Amino acid sequence: MSDHNYLSTHEPSPFDSGIRAQSQTENWTGWNGYLSPRIADTLASEYFAIRSSCSVMDLTPMEKYRITGPDATAFLNRLVTRDLTKLRVGRVAYVVWCNDEGKVIDDGTVFHLAENDYRLCAQHHQLDWLLLSSIGFDVSIQKETHDIAALSVQGPTSFSALSAAGIKGLETLKPFGILNTNVNGFELTVSRTGFTGDLGYELWAERARADDLWNTLFTLKDTGLFDIRLIGLDALEMVRIEAGFIMPGWDFNTAESTIRADHDRSPFELGLDWIVNFDKPYFTGKSALLAEKARPATRRLLKLTLEGNKPPVGSFIFHGKKGKQTGAVMAQTWSPILKRCLALADVDFIDGHPPNDLWAEIYYQKELKWHVKWARCEIVEGQFWSHPRRRATPPMPF
Amino acid sequence: MTESTRAIVIGGGHNGLICATLLAKAGHAVTLLEGRSSIANAPDLEFAPGFFSPGLAHIHTELHPKLRQALNLTSKSTGTKTKTIALDGQGAHIHFYGDKVEGTSVSDVDQAAYASFRKEFLSYAKALTPLLLNRPPRLKNMDRGDQFTLAKLGWSLRFGLGASSMREFLRVGGINIYDVLNELFDNKLVKAAISVDAVMGHHMAPRTPTTVLTYLTRLFAETHSEPSVATKVDSLHRELEASAIAAGVDIKTDAWVEKVIIENDRANGVQLASGQTMLADIVASSADAKNTFLKLAGAANLDAMFVHRISKTRTNGSVARLHLALKDIPSFTNLTTEDLKGRLLIAPDMRYIERAFNPTKYGEHAEQPVLEITIPSLHDATMAPDGQHVMSVNICYAPYHLKQGWDNARDKFTQICIDTLSAYAPNLPSQIIQKELLTPQDIETRFNISGGHWHHGELAIDQSFMMRPIHGTAQYNTPIENLFLCGAAAHPGGGITGLPGWNAARRIIAMTKDKSS
Repeated sequence: MSDHNYLSTHEPSPFDSGIRAQSQTENWTGWNGYLSPRIADTLASEYFAIRSSCSVMDLTPMEKYRITGPDATAFLNRLVTRDLTKLRVGRVAYVVWCNDEGKVIDDGTVFHLAENDYRLCAQHHQLDWLLLSSIGFDVSIQKETHDIAALSVQGPTSFSALSAAGIKGLETLKPFGILNTNVNGFELTVSRTGFTGDLGYELWAERARADDLWNTLFTLKDTGLFDIRLIGLDALEMVRIEAGFIMPGWDFNTAESTIRADHDRSPFELGLDWIVNFDKPYFTGKSALLAEKARPATRRLLKLTLEGNKPPVGSFIFHGKKGKQTGAVMAQTWSPILKRCLALADVDFIDGHPPNDLWAEIYYQKELKWHVKWARCEIVEGQFWSHPRRRATPPMPF
Repeated sequence: MTESTRAIVIGGGHNGLICATLLAKAGHAVTLLEGRSSIANAPDLEFAPGFFSPGLAHIHTELHPKLRQALNLTSKSTGTKTKTIALDGQGAHIHFYGDKVEGTSVSDVDQAAYASFRKEFLSYAKALTPLLLNRPPRLKNMDRGDQFTLAKLGWSLRFGLGASSMREFLRVGGINIYDVLNELFDNKLVKAAISVDAVMGHHMAPRTPTTVLTYLTRLFAETHSEPSVATKVDSLHRELEASAIAAGVDIKTDAWVEKVIIENDRANGVQLASGQTMLADIVASSADAKNTFLKLAGAANLDAMFVHRISKTRTNGSVARLHLALKDIPSFTNLTTEDLKGRLLIAPDMRYIERAFNPTKYGEHAEQPVLEITIPSLHDATMAPDGQHVMSVNICYAPYHLKQGWDNARDKFTQICIDTLSAYAPNLPSQIIQKELLTPQDIETRFNISGGHWHHGELAIDQSFMMRPIHGTAQYNTPIENLFLCGAAAHPGGGITGLPGWNAARRIIAMTKDKSS
């Protein structure tokens, strides 16, 4: 059991002392009950640590559930839209799960740790939905968010840095693979997963081993051989948009917490068709999604690139310049690596197709004076940015 | 249709039989699967050597004439009509027959009030006919059938009842029977006897909101028939079985259904406990909703919230049944043997009923229970050895979950009932040869009804009509294609009405026609 104290506004992470020592800005924000840095040093240095060296982020606040028991596979397979019977032990899968109406409740990753033993990571608190979904299944569901010390280590040098830190076996670890190992005398689980679209790993240890894990990384930094940098949520927001990853609750309203009709979104409306599998046994929302699939699409969360260098903060999307409003930007960033403005926008479709001439109306300031400009948008299929090293095994050394 | 649709009906209760018969009449090839060894003669009714108890319902009414017509039933099936006698501790019992109430304590005013009460309330019950005899209309995405049912209901309420009666119906329809009866009558025993009909079988007491509605659904049967005492050889069941066979239904007994086979999200047969599988185009389950969805279909084949909502339906019974094997005909103070053929009630006043109910809210049983008594062996001599008799007693209130556990309370509760009875029949304790108490848990096991609830789920307003058993599966079809509900878990619920089975059959026939056309 966790000793999480409800009386305290924010719980210190097990890496608290390490994070505080590195935070230059004291720029904190709340994330799932923990104090997390928005920016630890400068946004630029953190962004470029992710894209050109090695970044470290505390994953403690991410929701984690341990699912065990004879029906664990059947339970998870009924929960999510993907076919998990194909997920072998030692592998990870990105998943979404829906309510009965086929609207997305949350997304996350399923770790197949051992036979009938899984970890489900989620963006939001899910215990109630998991318990509700477990009726009729012989499973045990334990929330372990606060009991695991987890760090995300991402970037092109992450493979070399972690190898240099003494973690053996990374050269054969494929994307979405899990490695159980021992480093500096403690048990460590490494998964080749992340939220940056680049080469990267997530490290999982017992909460009591948090200091050991932290020191394993940052004593290496002290050697001066690798730039290993703590990052905050602002840099993560930039890279996850570049990678085209969605954030439930920010990019769209999550089902079961949506009050207004039609304000929640299905996997199809989020462009997640590729993880909806109708050839597997029944899953929650399947009937509704089959019915939706038979109708013309009414809207999509589109990936857009925009002309110019002004990010479309809070912009509406129009059909034709100064035309009819047809959508809104849900997430946006200037991408330093692509030198483009990127946006995820919720756009209404016409007769099952996206409008062919999309424009964003962008408000921006120059020395506190407001300006408006119109920027043409191009629809992008797939990720805005990716790199071959993300999939290469063994990854390229640095 | 070139090839007939193969249908399997699960359960040989009256709803299962009616549904199967009507499907067969419509040209389907129907197999009815019953887990027990007999349809009309339940073998476990012999609770002592030579003594037989009636089935779960110890009072019967006739099926609705339109349903009888649809089934081509000719003879009147149920036993002799019976009267109700509300027992008084001093022997001043009150007799109810039809619109009449008689007893030394009943004033002329109350007698007149009773006649007009019966007339008025029977007309309310009759006004509900369009709702009860049809699938409950959906309010969202209505089709023409739904609109037609609502239109008929509106017509029936407005023009069937007339303006002033409709106003009164709308006033009392959602409130409790306690307030209504206090407005109408003075006599405590009269009020208590009427309110027993509103609450027995429900987790409700006279002051519970909507007990007028439960009273009306029970009274509905009396718009076309009078109650009679049920016996061992259930004549209604025998008649329904014969009509099913005549219609060509293949009845298989000792055929316990283990699960519904679901492939590609469609029901396409059943698997029996023997391991045998039987394929079908349609599976209709007369089991309750929890059994049908959670056990037979399985949670894995359904949406999570749907399963959650089914699992949260209120299905805990609150009535126990006591069977007594008696040496001799019991003698009740101031009652003749002819009187004993009736239905006897022990419920001195409405507050007594309310107090008997209160402990169940806290997992305790009534200390002074409400009793409904029949002596079926007076109607069917084969239920007991020569000269000996069987007494059947429905007991309110006995919670499904008893705090101390039924095994620890069984003897005490049985004794409480016998003590309560002996206040009206002093010699009774010495006449008892054998006794059998069925708690709601026993009823659950013996009759395979979740929670042992007579109605397969509370008939509260949130579990009625288009919300029975829950919205989303209230029109007999279920989220699983080709799987249907045809039992009391579906609208309009329990009681020996056969209406769920009838409505379900018409729904199935209409839906298969749509599909093949």
